Amino acid sequence: MKYLCLAYGDQKKMEKLSKEQFAELIERCKAYDAELRATGQLVQADSLEWDYVAIRPNGAKPIVSDGPFVETKETVGGVIVIEARDLNDAIRVASLHPAARMGEQLGWWIELRPFAAECHQ
Amino acid sequence: MDNLRDSVEFRRRLDVLWRAESRCVLASLIRLLGDFDLAEEALAAAFGAALEDWPRDGEPANARAWLVSTGRHKALDMLRKRARFDASLAPLVERLDRASTPHEPDEIEDDRLRLIFTCCHPVLAREAQVALTLREVCGLSTEEIARALLTSSATVAQRIVRAKARLREARVTFHVPSRAELPTRLDAVLSVIYLVFNEGYMASAGAQLVRVDLSSEALRIARLLVELCPEPEVEGLLALMLLHDARRTSRTDPDGGLVLIDDQDRSLWNRAQIAEGSQRVARAIATRRFGAYTLQAAIAAVHAEAPNASATDWEEVVALYDLLVVAAPSPVVELNRAMAVAMHSGLERGLALVDDLLARGELVDYHLAHAARADLLRRLGRTAEARGSYERALMLVRQEPERRFLLRRVRELS
Repeated sequence: MKYLCLAYGDQKKMEKLSKEQFAELIERCKAYDAELRATGQLVQADSLEWDYVAIRPNGAKPIVSDGPFVETKETVGGVIVIEARDLNDAIRVASLHPAARMGEQLGWWIELRPFAAECHQ
Repeated sequence: MDNLRDSVEFRRRLDVLWRAESRCVLASLIRLLGDFDLAEEALAAAFGAALEDWPRDGEPANARAWLVSTGRHKALDMLRKRARFDASLAPLVERLDRASTPHEPDEIEDDRLRLIFTCCHPVLAREAQVALTLREVCGLSTEEIARALLTSSATVAQRIVRAKARLREARVTFHVPSRAELPTRLDAVLSVIYLVFNEGYMASAGAQLVRVDLSSEALRIARLLVELCPEPEVEGLLALMLLHDARRTSRTDPDGGLVLIDDQDRSLWNRAQIAEGSQRVARAIATRRFGAYTLQAAIAAVHAEAPNASATDWEEVVALYDLLVVAAPSPVVELNRAMAVAMHSGLERGLALVDDLLARGELVDYHLAHAARADLLRRLGRTAEARGSYERALMLVRQEPERRFLLRRVRELS
């Protein structure tokens, strides 16, 4: 079964970090990342840019605009896909992610969701 | 190498191995590492290593022992890496490093027994015990457990995460209880198994009466437990479940409606299972150390062995209920005894007992008490009173097949 993890963070707080603080953060992340990758259960792991565009339906011609529309505090900064036996197995792997083990003061947290077998209501 | 690793055949072999061995390997790893989560990481890492190594080196002669020792080494590696950032882990690493990894067959069987007792540990709430046992002992996935218990995966997952945290906080050690604590600890295990069985046998709410999977899981754990811990009550519980389960297909009609035991087609009963159940009851009774499960099984055996409803040995049933009322006093047991008395000594005697019970108040909100009273009144020809009791039962019933059964009875009155 596949599970998606969205790693959230507070963009404003992250941007306020000094170069040195950020470098130190990355250094600590690397160790955690290595453990996460060592599980062999990662299908994909990536960081995302903060910028995004929104595309909304408007009859047959979608409207494209740049976000954010609403001032949200926490934004998705990272995405991983886990291959796991079940939800608890996925929780175990996701708990190795840096956003589950550090960064409380930067608003880090993880949303873990199973891929659906089919379209749902 | 990649070809072999990705081959369907090899993957299938690992799947088979997972189903056959992963619970034993996990149990041994929990003992060796002293922690559920670490053991699960180690288990996953061991199977990951098998996926890497075996296509190159071939499958080891003793796969289970290989998985246990590989898992342990992998866990120690992980801990050593973590200890570099977290100095508090160093003593743990040192202690685990010194511990040996014996693989005597006896010890592995003991590990499985330890796992059952740990999952049913008294520091955990009953629903946590059930979820943990189903996942760790039976190897069901979180999602399967959620479907079987009619709840969400997130709820079950959280229950399991918290249960493991609770075991860690309470510093629960992974061991088989001593002789002195065995009776109470075993009682908790038997309650969990019986609850799992009943969840499967009769859903407490919802439209479908029989969910096959949980019942057979409960039978599986009970069979394992009889092997590992042959106490009379374990045998009694297994017998009780076998005897109930033997009648499973005759309990519902093709439309999912409820069929009472008197009206069941006895040719549908699983005779081999009844024979095994009866044999196990006899063995448990012979020890003279039996309890409530064995007595219930003995009652079920009397019913199951009767060629038809009217040939049931009601005197024997009443005598067994007399013992059960003492061994496990409860108003529900008394209600069942009253119905047996009605069959043995007359409907009016039974009705008087049911009325006394209802007057005591404990069963006022129990739909089956009113349904039982209604049934006796109906057979006595006191139709108006019977209707009143059926209506009380209908107000309280939660399960759809039972509701339909009661409605049918009300209709038959007129």
